[in-house]
Amino acid sequence: MTSWRTKVLPPLLAIVFAVLLSAIALIISGADPLEAYGTMIGQMFKGSTAVDTVNLATVYYLSGLAVAIGFQMNLFNIGVEGQYRFAAVIAAIAGGALQLPPVLHTLVILIVAVVAGAAYAAIPAILKVTRGVSEVIATIMLNSIVGGIIAFLINADQFGVQRGNNIGTREITPSGRIPGIPLGSGTLFGFVVIAAIIGAAYWFMLNRTRFGFELKASGESTTAAAAGGVNAKKMTLIAMVLSGGVAGLVAMPELLGRDYTYGITSTQMYGFTGIAVALLGRNHPGGIALGALLWAFLDTSAVSLEQINVSKEIATIMQGIIVLSVVVAYEVVRRADLAAEQRRVGRALGAKSSSVAGGGAV
Amino acid sequence: MAVTDISRPDPGSSGTMPVHRKRSRVPGWLRGVIWAVIAIAVVSTASYSTGVSALTSSNTASTALRLALPILLCALGGLWAERAGVVNIGLEGMMILGTWGAAWGSYYGGVWVGLLAAIVFGALGGLLHAVATVTFNVNHIVSGVAINLLGLGVTKYLANLIFEPLSGNPRQSPVVPKFDTYSASFLSDWLGDLEKEQRVGISDVAGILRGLVTEVAPLTMIAIILVPVSFWVLWRTRFGLRLRSCGENPVAAESLGVNVYRHKYVAMLISGGFAGMGGASLVLLRGGADYLENQTNGRGYIGLAAMIFGNWRPGGLLGGAALFGYADGLQLAGGGEAVLALLYGAVILVAVIVVVQLFRRQWIAAGLGVLGAGILYLIYWSNDTLPSDLIPYTAHFVTLIVLAVASQRLRPPKADGQPYRRGED
Amino acid sequence: MSTAEAPAEAVPDRGVPAVQLTGITKRFPGVVANSDVNLTVAAGEVHAICGENGAGKSTLMKILYGMQPPDEGTIAINGDEVKLRNPQDAIRAGIGMVHQHFMLADNLTVGENVFLGAEALHGIGRAARARLAELAERTGLRAEPDTLLEELGVADRQRVEIVKVLYRGAKIIILDEPTAVLVPQEVDALFATVREMKADGYTFLFISHKLDEVRAIADTVTVIRRGTTVGTADPKTITSRQLAEMMVGSELPSPETRESTVTDRAVLRLTGLTLGAEGSDRNALDDVSFTVRAGEVLGIAGVEGNGQTELVETIMGMRKASGGTIELVDAEGKARDLTKAGTLARREAGIGYIAEDRTRHSLLLTQPLWVNRMLGYQTREPVSKGQLLDIAGTRSDTERIVREYDVRTPGIDVPAAALSGGNQQKLIVGRELSGNPVLLIASHPTRGVDVGAQALIWENIRQARAAGLAVLLISADLDELIGLSDTIRVMLRGRLVSEADPATVTPQELGSAMTGAEDDTAGDKE
Repeated sequence: MTSWRTKVLPPLLAIVFAVLLSAIALIISGADPLEAYGTMIGQMFKGSTAVDTVNLATVYYLSGLAVAIGFQMNLFNIGVEGQYRFAAVIAAIAGGALQLPPVLHTLVILIVAVVAGAAYAAIPAILKVTRGVSEVIATIMLNSIVGGIIAFLINADQFGVQRGNNIGTREITPSGRIPGIPLGSGTLFGFVVIAAIIGAAYWFMLNRTRFGFELKASGESTTAAAAGGVNAKKMTLIAMVLSGGVAGLVAMPELLGRDYTYGITSTQMYGFTGIAVALLGRNHPGGIALGALLWAFLDTSAVSLEQINVSKEIATIMQGIIVLSVVVAYEVVRRADLAAEQRRVGRALGAKSSSVAGGGAV
Repeated sequence: MAVTDISRPDPGSSGTMPVHRKRSRVPGWLRGVIWAVIAIAVVSTASYSTGVSALTSSNTASTALRLALPILLCALGGLWAERAGVVNIGLEGMMILGTWGAAWGSYYGGVWVGLLAAIVFGALGGLLHAVATVTFNVNHIVSGVAINLLGLGVTKYLANLIFEPLSGNPRQSPVVPKFDTYSASFLSDWLGDLEKEQRVGISDVAGILRGLVTEVAPLTMIAIILVPVSFWVLWRTRFGLRLRSCGENPVAAESLGVNVYRHKYVAMLISGGFAGMGGASLVLLRGGADYLENQTNGRGYIGLAAMIFGNWRPGGLLGGAALFGYADGLQLAGGGEAVLALLYGAVILVAVIVVVQLFRRQWIAAGLGVLGAGILYLIYWSNDTLPSDLIPYTAHFVTLIVLAVASQRLRPPKADGQPYRRGED
Repeated sequence: MSTAEAPAEAVPDRGVPAVQLTGITKRFPGVVANSDVNLTVAAGEVHAICGENGAGKSTLMKILYGMQPPDEGTIAINGDEVKLRNPQDAIRAGIGMVHQHFMLADNLTVGENVFLGAEALHGIGRAARARLAELAERTGLRAEPDTLLEELGVADRQRVEIVKVLYRGAKIIILDEPTAVLVPQEVDALFATVREMKADGYTFLFISHKLDEVRAIADTVTVIRRGTTVGTADPKTITSRQLAEMMVGSELPSPETRESTVTDRAVLRLTGLTLGAEGSDRNALDDVSFTVRAGEVLGIAGVEGNGQTELVETIMGMRKASGGTIELVDAEGKARDLTKAGTLARREAGIGYIAEDRTRHSLLLTQPLWVNRMLGYQTREPVSKGQLLDIAGTRSDTERIVREYDVRTPGIDVPAAALSGGNQQKLIVGRELSGNPVLLIASHPTRGVDVGAQALIWENIRQARAAGLAVLLISADLDELIGLSDTIRVMLRGRLVSEADPATVTPQELGSAMTGAEDDTAGDKE
């Protein structure tokens, strides 16, 4: 039984630790940490910041889910970064080129994105399964290469359209867009709903389907899974491709809800944020959502720090500290918990079992 | 009664194979020389046949050297970490820290202080990685990714704090002093003359060599010397032996009295220091920018790839760094046309390999080689130039192909990336 | 719990003993690995420590080598009491250990493996190499110091281990199951080296469960059973029968199944099953054929490493057979060829599987018990309906298993790792008997399990057999094998070499057959 401590304590500890450490950094640089934190929280209630935060969190959430699917199987899909960008440019080109009735248009774009993301993830998956190439190093290479692919594709010679100083894909017509939900002074991405559905589907898949069980079993112990009839190579391939498919959707909220075009200047690094968010949320869909919100909050509210002459990068530092300390905290708590659990079982069964000579069991 | 039990060897231990694998007895340095000769022969031939002189010009060579340096230093950093059993994806972050440290130190105290600051900043990143992975047993990849995030954040923060008032731009440092360069002028001039004579082969070699001896900074020399030094320390001293044993079999090492934790910490400090130096080589060399946000541009990862490419050996990673640096330098100095000419060189190289494989009666490998050469030649033949957007990623494509082809033949340290806790076996 | 019996023969007085262990006790959560162990090893002798697998030999040696501290008891080396907190202490006290699983690094050279950690003695330069050459000569190691270790064969690796120990100046050498990985000629060579070194004054502790080897090399033998020393004897005078009795014991609950329930309906039929071994021209399984019938327990006897593990994993589809067929006949008498089927299909066809190493092959250690109930049954009721899992059904069925099979646990939500070995195994047995199997493969079903759980597991197997289940039993516990089986086949070097009738065979006869000895009625020589 995993107690509440195991789940809640580590992230809380990590956040507190990060806040303290950043406070020290702030003091050293001559700023008042209380004022800084106060400004950040206050920013939440100004203008459209709250809505922006949720919008950004939607993106992070999808990325976190994509990473979490790999994590379930002990696969490090560092390649979410490359997969989502590849999918975004392909989907943007397809969406801009097509003329279809509403809904259908959107649907086609989303399917293209999922397939493109999955295809880009299939490269490291196949290399790993057939050639034994580490997925970490392969995805790192593919993450870099995607920059070249995007530059190549949105070149004016290929599919690019020049708009002022920016070059990007052809704009997607309104029939392909996902309408937003006006809220206060901002507009909430309609994609929030889709992201929530995907989160629920992820939870359902993991906890209620055979496939989810097999995925978790392979991640926990390949040998036990093999003895239980689970083909580890097949699971690796499926998990990676599935992860890539979800990664394909990462850029969609912004593409279909705000930008309608994808260019070389479109935001990067969502994939790496996904890793952090998945770690923070411990691969649980609810946890990932909280992690994504926290991350997005730090990003959007940090801008306000400029008003009081504090560098907004303090938020990035906090994020880095949080990731590192949350994994440390999980590890420490996990160890303490297992020991406690063994003691508890030992106690519950009394001295009986400990007086029996068994030998060899350890 | 004679002993009649003949239980089979334990299938779990890898030592059950009576097969005696005969390894080639070519010493490492000789193999390096052979490869260098092959490489120069291939580019000279390609240069001659395609008429693209940029392939072997001294300009290309010196640019390549400058671009190879950060990759080389990161690869060395990766070598030290992984030989001690720690996978270091965080090289990129440590390198970013190094760039800031170099600019800051150099601005206030001159280049040598800059170099020192870069090393210290990188080593701090390494220390953090060691705390996470060694003491707390955090997954090495997770910790590395976090360090990359953190390195970026800390650097941006510090740049904002320190550089913005000076340069007026938070993304950039003020102009900082650079290392002076030195030329072996007599040699350089003589080689320059040879290069101009346009004689097949000789001029090519002269061009490459001239690029390597002209306007060389002390940092460049230090970096190159660090390759044999790393080899010597890791393979010829008792400290190196102990360090490597931590990456091969930490349980055995600990049982023999090696303090595995301490060696891993030291290895990570050195690793981070090298990565920091790699950062310094971006900032403190002439021809490079001052501190600039995102200037590392994934070179830490490429360094790691160069190390894997070099099979976790100093000589090999030097080759890997040279290849990646050359690919980059060529593209800067000669553009898409030159890279296309390099493709021609690749066809020649594959053809040589095919002949070798035929000689060894490896029919399938030879067949695949022919196919690969055919495709490459087709690309070469049907294009005048390669898409300029994709050329910067030559090194990445090469890495993927090499991994796909040779992954099974690589020999990483046995316990690389595996968690180790004292007293648990 | 057995108390130590009086020594079968007094140890001859040979001055100050090299090693004296008194009252050593070591507990792990849930089990006591050693309890009140007393051992005296005279200087300059080869002292064998005998016992079944899991009797506690390895733990005892780890204690002596400083890898684990004892909970109680004292250790004296050459008459002086010492505290061994880590291997370095042991090395300083002159103790060296040649581990069964070599403590060597494949990517380092022979020299590097030897010098590592002992650089202070002679450095790693010329002096060190000279010393290495000297020791290599003595132990018959012919490899160059610059050879990579991975290029060496097993016997040479073992020599490297011995050289490593000698290089550190050890005078007392523990050989942990040194012959387990060697072929006969290599064993002879090893024994010759040991005899020579004994003459030079070295003391050996020789761990083994092979009686003939012990008789061939040892001056004294001490038997360990169920974690404690049961006696010391002179192998020259004691008979194999007496030694075997000491090892196997007679006070164990006997797993007898006497009235036969064997039917003539075949369930599992293997024909000419063959499995190639990696990197060897000898097959791991060579032309194995047998039939297990409904209501029958077929026991496979054999010294470990003779192909039993491979046999089980090939039947389960975790290894791909290189020849032969595997057929399973279901209750309606329909035969199915499983040779090409995957593991899951084989399980669905009605094979239950109790794996040899439960933590690696049968359990998801950090998952709760009810999730572990699913493993291997994820496609069947009550665990799943179609592609969906039936959580409620799984949970209530897990509750049932916990109840019916007496799994001692506070609940079904605790992770499997928190249970003791016996309770983990009861859960596994319950799970594997719950899927309506027609065949149960039980690989060492009571290894590392307390006596109470052992009796329960035997009872469960017996009941299932009575209900018509076919059982393939692999065990190193000969009493278990004889008591439960209807037929026993002996496996040697990947082949089934002989057959024994459990009603008449004795553990001693079986033991001889397992080693291929000739002076035995049950064994037939190759």
